Amino acid sequence: MGDLFGHKGHLVRVATLFVGGVLVFLVLQALLVPKGFGAYGHYRAGALDENRARPVSFAGRAACLECHSDVPDAMKGGRHEKVRCEACHGPLAGHAADPGEKKAERPDSRVLCARCHATSVARPARFPQVEVADHAGGEACTTCHVAHNPSQLKEGTK
Amino acid sequence: MSTDRREFLARSGKLLFLTGAAQVAFEAVLRGEPAVAPNYKTAEHWWGMTIDVEKCIGCGNCVRACKEENDVPREPFYFRTWVERYHVPGGDSESPEVDSPNGGYDGFPERYRPGDGSKSFFVPKMCNQCAHSPCVQVCPVGATFESPDGAVLVDKTYCLGCRYCVQACPYGCRFIDPRTRTVDKCSLCYHRITKGLTTACCEACPTDARVLGDLKNPKDPIHEFLRTHKVQVLKPQMATGSKTYYNGLDGSVR
Repeated sequence: MGDLFGHKGHLVRVATLFVGGVLVFLVLQALLVPKGFGAYGHYRAGALDENRARPVSFAGRAACLECHSDVPDAMKGGRHEKVRCEACHGPLAGHAADPGEKKAERPDSRVLCARCHATSVARPARFPQVEVADHAGGEACTTCHVAHNPSQLKEGTK
Repeated sequence: MSTDRREFLARSGKLLFLTGAAQVAFEAVLRGEPAVAPNYKTAEHWWGMTIDVEKCIGCGNCVRACKEENDVPREPFYFRTWVERYHVPGGDSESPEVDSPNGGYDGFPERYRPGDGSKSFFVPKMCNQCAHSPCVQVCPVGATFESPDGAVLVDKTYCLGCRYCVQACPYGCRFIDPRTRTVDKCSLCYHRITKGLTTACCEACPTDARVLGDLKNPKDPIHEFLRTHKVQVLKPQMATGSKTYYNGLDGSVR
C-alpha cells in the first residue's frame, strides 16, 4: 500500500494521458460532428429542411379551383366528381404559378380514358370498363362523353 | 481562429459537461427552435397512409405522378412507388403470379382471361413509413431517419451509398440513385405534406385508393377509415411499426 502512494509519478502520468485523450476526443468530435446533428435524433436536423426544399409539380385541386371555379359545377353528381384535376390533366404547378406562360395540354382521350377504363380482369368488377378496341370505332371518347361528367352524353350522340 | 478567452471557456465548459448531441440539442433549445419552418410544427403531426386494394384500378397514375414530382430516374427499375398485379390461380395464396411491368408506369397490358378460376387484383407498394424502421437501424452514419412527424427520410448530403438500408428494408422500397450514388426512397412527399398539400400519388389517384392521413389530427378521416375497415400492414411479423394500412389485403401479398 505504501508503494502505491509512494510513486505518484505513475498515477499522474496515467491521469495526464487519460485527460489528454478525452480532450483530443472532444476537440475531434466538435470538429467532425456536423452542425445540427442530434438535435432531434441520430441525424442532421438540417436534413428536414433540405427534404422540404424540393419544388412542387402538382399544384393541388385547391390551386386549380382558384381560377377554374366553374368546373366543380360541371362535375357535380357525376362519377368523376371526386377525381382531382391533375389526375387527368397532369402536373400543373407551373401553370398555377404562371397561367399565361404554361398551358395545360389537352390529353388524348383514347389513351387517357383507357388507362382507367380499359377492361382488365384485375380491376374491381364494379368499376366501369370497356373493350377499347370494340368501342366507338376509334372515335375520341370525348366525341360522345362529357369528360367531367362521363355518364352525360353530348348532344347529337346516342 | 479568432476565439476570445471568454467564448473559449464557455464552449469548453459546455463540451465538458454535455456530450456532442446534448450540446447541439441544448443550443437549439436556447435558440428557441425546434420549429423547422413557420406554421408547420413537426410535433403536431404523425403521418401515415391508407391503401384500399379494393379501390385500386391499376391505372399507374401514382407511379407517373411520383416520378414526375420527385424527379425519380425514368428507367424501369427505380421506383419510389409502384403497383403490383397479383394473379392467384385457384385462390391458392401460396403461389401467386405477380407482375409489375415498368412498375405500372405504362399501365398493365391485359394478360389474363376472365373466368379462369383465379382472382386478380392490384396492390400499390411504397415505403411503409415504419415507426421502427429496419433501414434506419442499420444506417451507420445517421443518413436515414424517422422524422419527428413520422416520415422516414434520407439525408442525401450525408449518405455514403453503402446500401445497408437497401438490403434491410423488408419491403424493397429503396434504391441507389445512379446520378448521386446515394440512396433514394419515398419521402411521403415531405416537401408537400409540410405545406398542407397531399402527396403526389394521392393527388393523382382517381379512385382515392390511397389517402394520406395525419394520425395526430383527431379530425382526420383516417381515423374513421381505420375504425370502419379491417386493415392490415405488410409483413406484420417483422414488427416494423408500418404506418401504411391496407384494406382488403390478400394473404398472397408479400
